[in-house]
Amino acid sequence: MSRPTPLRDVHESLGAKLTDFAGWLMPLRYGSESAEHNAVREAAGLFDLSHMGEIFVTGPQAAEALDYALVGHLSALAVGRARYTMIVNERGGVLDDLIVYRLGDEEFMVVANASNYEMVARELTGRAEAYDAVVDDRSEQYALIAVQGPRAQEILATLTDAELTGLKYYAGLPGLVDGRQALIARTGYTGEDGFELFVAVQDAVPLWHALTAAGKPFGLIPAGLSSRDTLRLEAGMPLYGNELNAGLTPFDAGLGRVVKFDKPGDFVGRAALEAVKDVPPRRRLAGLVARGRRVPRHGHPVTKDGAVVGEVTSGAPSQTLGKPIAMAYVDTGAGEGLTVDIRGSQEPVDLVELPFYRRNK
Amino acid sequence: MSNIPDELSYTKEHEWVAGLDESVTVTVGITAYAAEALGDVVYVQLPEAGSTVEAGDSVGEVESTKSVSEIYAPLGGEVVEVNQAVVDDPSLVNNDPYGEGWMFRVRVEGDPEDLLSAEEYKALTSGES
Repeated sequence: MSRPTPLRDVHESLGAKLTDFAGWLMPLRYGSESAEHNAVREAAGLFDLSHMGEIFVTGPQAAEALDYALVGHLSALAVGRARYTMIVNERGGVLDDLIVYRLGDEEFMVVANASNYEMVARELTGRAEAYDAVVDDRSEQYALIAVQGPRAQEILATLTDAELTGLKYYAGLPGLVDGRQALIARTGYTGEDGFELFVAVQDAVPLWHALTAAGKPFGLIPAGLSSRDTLRLEAGMPLYGNELNAGLTPFDAGLGRVVKFDKPGDFVGRAALEAVKDVPPRRRLAGLVARGRRVPRHGHPVTKDGAVVGEVTSGAPSQTLGKPIAMAYVDTGAGEGLTVDIRGSQEPVDLVELPFYRRNK
Repeated sequence: MSNIPDELSYTKEHEWVAGLDESVTVTVGITAYAAEALGDVVYVQLPEAGSTVEAGDSVGEVESTKSVSEIYAPLGGEVVEVNQAVVDDPSLVNNDPYGEGWMFRVRVEGDPEDLLSAEEYKALTSGES
């Protein structure tokens, strides 16, 4: 039985098609997922992301504990800023990708994927044992609502006095939104400007309604996970379980920059990652654009002259490009003449650099 | 509840068949229920006009943002016409599944069997939704 978010009744009243995602009952789409995708690119979309996990790490050695537990250098993070980072196992395999917000000198919030956060909370608890720090999974106390799109700031500004203009990408500050206490973060997973609002569970429904009303004149519509997936794919952002898994290191995924070897002390996975950091991976994560109209999907083999040279990790029709796109692990050196085996038929694709889409700043 | 017109016949694979009683040539499409389950259709591949199909054959595919499903021939015969408009504009499947979103026409050979009435199809889909 899937767990509902605090906004389940709202989604149902909006006629959402609900789907199970990582054990949660989530809105897949409300109407046309293409319209939702386009709204986020051109105006704004409203997302319920309450399935994400919020794990707090607090105490005098919270920063040191995270430096040891994660691959990033979190003790160097300024209060009010956020970092994209990862938790890996001793072999350097990615257990989850995370965003860590520093809320205070001794207070961090680790945001983990829905499918992983219980494991992440357990791992962090174990890894923080030797430190004067407390790990507390508060996922059930928080709802997460995102406003994403070029009009997001204008919309949010009608509901808060918080200083949004000065709030940088990957920064977060506490503030009142529609009179409700929120952590206002300028983060997202769509390739657009936007905000993520962490609020108490009981504030989720009124805040959703307030944002819906405030956003209407700007073209904001509710958007489901289907559009979220195509938006992040166009933006070249990895999805755990597709582009990332425990069998891959951050270097395999082309994300070695998140591993901070120059931070003080040891960290889980350091030795394994140091051993591979200069070894060229056999495959690299690349973008594919299909020449035809059939869509490469997760698990389809990438082929060249009949031989398998890679595997598709995510694929979808791209609204913005008007063609099917995919991310795939492809043998380094395999350049021209690639095809994807789509149900037995070799469909030509072109290898491109990620991302597929970059917003005009 | 999706629209399920009384005058059509249906398959368990969510195709509809029109004109079964009037003519040897029938029109085939996918149901509103199927279109709704798929989401925005972005690609439709149809059988070739002139080809011969057997009932139950996979003869094409319908691809949406999230998934792809096969189109099965509801009955056997010769494909006499395909709807190029739906190939050019797959959104017709979502916007008008029983009208402009039709897919192909078959000149039926032999007796069609195993088709569902609207009532039976309604029962099938209410169990799934």
